[in-house]
Amino acid sequence: MSLARLQGLDRSLPVWVVSALALVLLMALPIGWIASLSVSGESGPTFAHYRRVFADPALQKALWNTIVLAFWVGLASIALGAPLAWLTARADIPGRGVIRGLVMASFVTPPFLGAFAWVMLAGPNAGLLNKIWRGVSGSDEALFNIFSMPGLVFVVTIYTFPYVYIMIANTLALIASDLEEAAAILGAGRLTVARTVTLPMAAPALLSGFILSVLQALALFGSPAILSLPAGFHTITTQIWTFFHFPPKTEMAAAFSMPLLLATALLLLVQKRLLGRRGYAAVGGKGGQRRTISLGPWRWPAFAAVMAVMACPIFLPYAVLAKASLSRAWAQPLSWDNFTLANFSFTFFEYSATQAAIVNTLELGVMTACVGAGLVTVLSYVTSRRLIVGHQLVAFLALAPVVIPGVVLAVGLFIAYTRPPLLLYGTLWILFIAYLTKEMPVGYAQSDTTFRAIPPELEDAGRILGGGRLRVLRDITAPLARSGVIAAWCFIFIGVIRELSASIILFTPATKVMSVVIFDLKEEGQFGAIAVLGLVMLVMTFATVALVQRVLGRDFLGARE
Amino acid sequence: MKRLSALVGLLVSIGMLVAVPASAQDARVEAAKKEGKVVWYTSLALPTAEKIGKLFEAAYPGIKVEVQRTGSQRILQRVMQEMQANLKLVDVIHTSDAGHFVLLKEKKLLMKYSPAGIDAFPAGFKDKDGYYFTLRATVNVIAYNTKLVPAAEAPKGWKDLLDPKWRGKMVTAHPGYSGVISTHVLALVQLYGWDYFKQLAQNKLMLVQSAVDPAGVVASGERQVAVDGGDYYYYQMKKKGNPIEVVYPKEGVPLVISPSAIASFAPHPNAAKLFTDFTFTRELQQVMADSEGLYTGHPEVKYPADKPKLSDLKLLTVDPEELERRNEEIKSRFVEFFGA
Repeated sequence: MSLARLQGLDRSLPVWVVSALALVLLMALPIGWIASLSVSGESGPTFAHYRRVFADPALQKALWNTIVLAFWVGLASIALGAPLAWLTARADIPGRGVIRGLVMASFVTPPFLGAFAWVMLAGPNAGLLNKIWRGVSGSDEALFNIFSMPGLVFVVTIYTFPYVYIMIANTLALIASDLEEAAAILGAGRLTVARTVTLPMAAPALLSGFILSVLQALALFGSPAILSLPAGFHTITTQIWTFFHFPPKTEMAAAFSMPLLLATALLLLVQKRLLGRRGYAAVGGKGGQRRTISLGPWRWPAFAAVMAVMACPIFLPYAVLAKASLSRAWAQPLSWDNFTLANFSFTFFEYSATQAAIVNTLELGVMTACVGAGLVTVLSYVTSRRLIVGHQLVAFLALAPVVIPGVVLAVGLFIAYTRPPLLLYGTLWILFIAYLTKEMPVGYAQSDTTFRAIPPELEDAGRILGGGRLRVLRDITAPLARSGVIAAWCFIFIGVIRELSASIILFTPATKVMSVVIFDLKEEGQFGAIAVLGLVMLVMTFATVALVQRVLGRDFLGARE
Repeated sequence: MKRLSALVGLLVSIGMLVAVPASAQDARVEAAKKEGKVVWYTSLALPTAEKIGKLFEAAYPGIKVEVQRTGSQRILQRVMQEMQANLKLVDVIHTSDAGHFVLLKEKKLLMKYSPAGIDAFPAGFKDKDGYYFTLRATVNVIAYNTKLVPAAEAPKGWKDLLDPKWRGKMVTAHPGYSGVISTHVLALVQLYGWDYFKQLAQNKLMLVQSAVDPAGVVASGERQVAVDGGDYYYYQMKKKGNPIEVVYPKEGVPLVISPSAIASFAPHPNAAKLFTDFTFTRELQQVMADSEGLYTGHPEVKYPADKPKLSDLKLLTVDPEELERRNEEIKSRFVEFFGA
C-alpha cells in the first residue's frame, strides 16, 4: 500500500514540479510584476498610477474606444459568421469546401497585414476602391474611410468572424434535425422553426462566439495602430505601447494593463459558465439525421453573396498586396511604366534587416512549436488519462494564458526580465517565453482533442497483454497521436510567425522578427517592402496550413467534410 | 550601378588620404575588421541609410554595417531601454532631435570623438565639448500634390494651413516619432505659440509617424498637402517623377540638424570611429547633398542647382538644450491637440 503510494507519488512528482515551475516562469512572474509595479511608488504602495490613469481624459477615451471597438466587432462577427456557418453546415449551398477554405484563410491571415492592405483599398482618397467609386458615381466623397472607428471595426471583424463561424458550424453539426422536423410537422414555417428551435439551441454557441470575438478585438494591437492612429485616436493596446516611448512610464503601462486583464478574465469566465451550463440533451448527441435545407433557386445567388463577402478578407487584400509588391507607386494603376521588381530586390538584398528577421522568425517559430507541442502533449496526456492528482488544475493552468492579451503579457515579461536574476531582454529567449505562453492554450486544446479521441481501452489492452506504460505509449498511443501532435505544432508555429502585439514591446535590434520589421516599415510608409514581406509571411503560413491538411486529412476548422 | 562602383573606387582612394597617417589608419582598419561590424541606429530615410551602409561596406570590405532605421524618438527609447537592461548594442547613434544628444551627453552615454576633418565645419554643427557633430541637416517645408492642387491655390506660408478649406485634406508627421518633427514643432511654437497647432488641429489632419511618410501620402494623393516633413525626401520623391511641389514659407523654415555620436559603451569602437570618419568625408557628404537632397556642414560640398541654398532661406533654429528640456511638453501637447 505504502509502496504503491510512493510509486504513484514518484511518477507524478516530476510532472508537478516541472509544470509548476513552467507556470511560475510563464504566468505568475509577469502578472505578479504587473500587479506589483502598478501599485509601487517612491515611498511604499500607492494607487497613484491608477488614479492618474483613470482620471486622464485621453486615457478614458482610449478605454471607451476599446469598448466600442470590441462590442461592435462582437456583433458584426456574429452577423457575418453565423449565417455563413448555417449556409455551409445546413444548406445546400454550392462550393462548401471552397467556402470553408476561404474562412480558414481569413482565420490564419495576420490581421495587421489585412489592415495594411485595406489602407490601400479604402484610404479615403488614394484607396483603390474609393477611386473606382468616384469614377463610377462622379461623387467627390469617399465611399468608405478606413481611418475611422467603423473602418477599424470592419477590418478587425473580417479577420475575427471565423471564431464565430467555428463555434456555430460545429454546434449546428451536432444539433440533430429531429426537433426541427417535429416543429415543421406541427405546422411551423421555416422561420418559426429557426426562431423557436434552431436559434435557442445555438444560442450558447452564439454568445460564446461573441465573447471570443470581443476578446480578439480587445487584445489586438496591429490593426488599431495602423488604422486608428492616423485618425487621431487610441485604443488600450496602442496606448500601452506609447507608455513605453521615451520617457518610459512603465508603472502607468502596468496600471493601464489591469482593466484589460480583468475584462478578459471576466469574459472568459462568463463564456465558461455558458458552455458549462449547456445541458441541452439535443445538442451533442451523435446519431440523429441532419437534414440539409434546400435553398432552391437561391443556391447560386447565395454563393455569389458569400464570395462577395469573402472578397473583403481574402481576394481584395491579397490582390492589392501583390500589386503593391510589383509597383513603383502603389496608388497608380499597374501599367508597364509602373511595374518593377525593385521592391523585391530592395527587400531581400538591400534592406539589411530582412534576412535576420526571417531567420529569427523561423528560429522562434520552430523552437516554440517544438517545445510547445512537446509540453502540451505531455500535459494533455497526463490530464486526459488522469494520471496525477489535481489533473484538472493542470488543465486549467495550461489554458489560463488565454486571459492575458499579448501587450499585457509583454509588459509583464519586460518588467520581469529586464532585471536580475533573469536578464532575458535582448535575447530571443524573452520572445520565446512570450510566444510559448501565448500559444500554449491553442496547442493544449488541439492536443487535448487528440487524446480524447484515442480510446484508453486500446492502451488498457496493451497493458493487460503485459506492456509497460512506456511501451504502450510508444507502440500504441504515439502512433495514434502523431498527427494530432503535428497539428498542435503547426498551430503554434502559425501563431508565432504572425505575433506582433507582444513582439513590438520585447524586441531589440538583434532580435527583430518579421512582424516587427513590417511594423517599422509601416511607420516610415515603405509600402513596397511591406507588401513583399507580407507575401513572404503569407506563403509561410499557407505552407504550414497545407501541412496540417495533409497530416490531419481534414481542414483547420474542426469538422470533417 | 556603374556610378556607384566609380564612387566606391573614389571613396576607397579617399579613405587612404584622410588626415590620419597611413600606418595609423591601417592599424585602425585592422582593429575594425577584427570587430567585424558596426551597429548604426539611424533616423535617415531607410533607402538613404542602407545606401550609406553599402558604400561603407564596399570601401572597407570585411566590416558590415548593421543599419537599424527607425524614428528619432524611437532610437532614444531604444538606447535608454537598452541601458536600463544593461545591454550594450549600439555603436553609432544618429537622430534628428539635437536635444537627444544633450541628454545622452549628460548621462555620460557618449564617447568623446571628433571625426577627421570636422574642424572645417561651421560652429553650429559642432558640440563645443567634442561629443557629437551634425552629420546632415534638412529643413521643414510644406508640400502639395501638383495634380490635385493648382500652384496658384497652394499654401504659401504656415498660417495658410489654418484655412478651413484644407479641412480633411492635409497630413502631418508625429513629434513622438520623428526628431525632424519635434524640432519643427518647437520652432513654430516659438514663432506662433501653441495656439498655431491648436488651430491647425481643427483641420482634421491625417497623422503619420515618420517625417518621410508625408511625402508618400501626398504623392499617392491620399492627402493633398503636407504641413511638415524634411525637404530632402520630397526632393527625392519629386526626382522620381512623383507629382510633388515643395513650398519654403517666407516666414522661415525650421532648420533640423541631425547629430551623430559614438556610444561611450560601443561594442565595436574602432569600426564605429572608422564609420564616423567615413560619413563626414567630403565625398560622402557630397553623396548626401547630390542624390539625397540633404544639407551638410562640409564647406566644400556643392549643392544641386534645383534646390535652394541654405543661405537663401530664412532659417528658424532651435536650441538643442531647450529641445531636450521641452521634449515631453512637445509630445504631450501635440497628442492633446491631434488626438494620438
